[in-house]
Amino acid sequence: MIYKNATEMAAALAAKEISSVELTQSHLNRIGAVDGDVKAFLHVDTEGALAQAAAVDADRAAGKALSPLAGVPLALKDVLAQKGVPTTAGSKILQGWKPPYDSTVVSKLKNAGVVILGKTNMDEFAMGSSTENSGYGPTFNPWDLTRTPGGSSGGSAAAVSAFEAPLAIGSDTGGSIRQPAALTGIVGVRPTYGAVSRYGLIAYSSSLDQAGPFGRTVLDTAMLHEIIAGYDPHDATSINASVPSVVAAAKNGDVKGMKIGVIKQLQGEGYQKGVQTRFTESLDLLASLGAEIVEVDCPSFEFALAAYYLIAPSECSSNLARFDAMRYGLRTGDEGGASAEAVMASTRDAGFGREVKRRIILGTYALSSGYYDAYYGSAQKIRTLIIQDYAKAFTQADVLVSPTAPTTAYKIGEKVDDPMAMYLGDVATIPVNLAGICGMSLPAGLAEEDNLPVGFQIMAPAMQDQRLYQAGAALEAALSSKWGGTLITKAPALAGGAR
Amino acid sequence: MSTLSRDEVAKLAGLARIEMTEAEMVDLSSQFGTILDAVARVQELDLIGVKATSHPQPLENIARPDVVQPSLTPDEALSGAPAQEEQRFRVPQILGEE
Repeated sequence: MIYKNATEMAAALAAKEISSVELTQSHLNRIGAVDGDVKAFLHVDTEGALAQAAAVDADRAAGKALSPLAGVPLALKDVLAQKGVPTTAGSKILQGWKPPYDSTVVSKLKNAGVVILGKTNMDEFAMGSSTENSGYGPTFNPWDLTRTPGGSSGGSAAAVSAFEAPLAIGSDTGGSIRQPAALTGIVGVRPTYGAVSRYGLIAYSSSLDQAGPFGRTVLDTAMLHEIIAGYDPHDATSINASVPSVVAAAKNGDVKGMKIGVIKQLQGEGYQKGVQTRFTESLDLLASLGAEIVEVDCPSFEFALAAYYLIAPSECSSNLARFDAMRYGLRTGDEGGASAEAVMASTRDAGFGREVKRRIILGTYALSSGYYDAYYGSAQKIRTLIIQDYAKAFTQADVLVSPTAPTTAYKIGEKVDDPMAMYLGDVATIPVNLAGICGMSLPAGLAEEDNLPVGFQIMAPAMQDQRLYQAGAALEAALSSKWGGTLITKAPALAGGAR
Repeated sequence: MSTLSRDEVAKLAGLARIEMTEAEMVDLSSQFGTILDAVARVQELDLIGVKATSHPQPLENIARPDVVQPSLTPDEALSGAPAQEEQRFRVPQILGEE
């Protein structure tokens, strides 16, 4: 059963062919068998998950109306607060912290009866693209355990890809859902900014952060999307509008007559050959399904990476000021009458990892007087140009497409000492975040040179998330019929696992 | 080629309240040139007359009615405190000795 899709699991639960306790236990067993190798989880909440599953089973036995995914298990990125369950954001500074409240995403999951198996590994405070910046060690890509699963939501992506959970939640500030989805051969969506509440999502860069769903199919991902999205008065940036009908769109995949824009700037030089080949192949497939393929020009995208690596560190240098050793989290150096400032500095040294320190220092520099206009100020103007490029492109096409990441999964340790090389991996995903629109990555096949998954990215205007699913479902159906199943069913077996 | 000296890193670390070892400061300083060169590309375009965007949405302050709502109990609020005393957060000294 663990190799089925979430929708199939939900149907089996509804038909009482299996109980949620049994389904949850199977996933806990799978985690026990393979997570020693994959290391997707930072914390497995065995007791809490089984209790939640038993409650759903009792409700079902009592004939209560249940949500479509009730009783289906899920893996939660450790960036979201869950009451009473350790929540660290991958940082030593929050080791052992148990939030006294639930984030809105967690409340919505609990209300829908979705069973939370545990908290997944991530780059510390979501700063990274490989999950190697976690304070608790890296996660390994289930397709090849010597490689990274991408990041920062690498634990969530690996959990879904390794069949430890059919669904997961991640967060995407510069590509942190889409890029790991691409590198692990699954589906990941960054919803429109403001579509999913950020209440209880530990902030990295507030104007870019957005939580979103992972699944092994487009429809599974849509089902989860619909549960977590919606207006929340606890988040001042939450959009007060009805949730786009993403499930209906995923059930009616169709690109006939749809205009699909290929972004000129997001392909070619710097993109691995096998990535480019699979991308072009998917485009041909979409054309054969009746889509009209056009090329669009987004000249400012060339500067998106530079703007992002000023805006995100600037916002993080401000957001992470809250970790001051006073009210919660780690405190070190509080001895011999040390001042509050000295304790703060000692704690932040001990609690923050290398990449977090690097970004705080970069942000502090970009915001300091004398440099503010040249760096942060210019970056904000580039952001305007990127929004204008998208606005123009969306007059020429219904959705825009590109490869999700320029390469397939790289080796653990390969880029860890070269931050700039790591940052370049975000080149195709960052523009979506800067503009606050939505994007999906879905599997486009394996690159010929290394047999590793390639992601196909679809982008749509703000609050038009259903377009991602409509186009994504059509492409997924065409690719699956060509492959004889979804890509993930071709993943290699893990030692200790059943396949 | 941009640079950020060891002393500049030390100053920024002080502003950001992060104690750093000598090795860390030297390491950061040596990496910053490449990163600064990359981000300095934002200055290549003519941006005169372009409006700055700080946020993808047109934000307005939203105030809720001033009514009492359920909130954390003192015990819950203090549950993660590194040190506490008499239902308060206990912090290191914030003023000098005299």
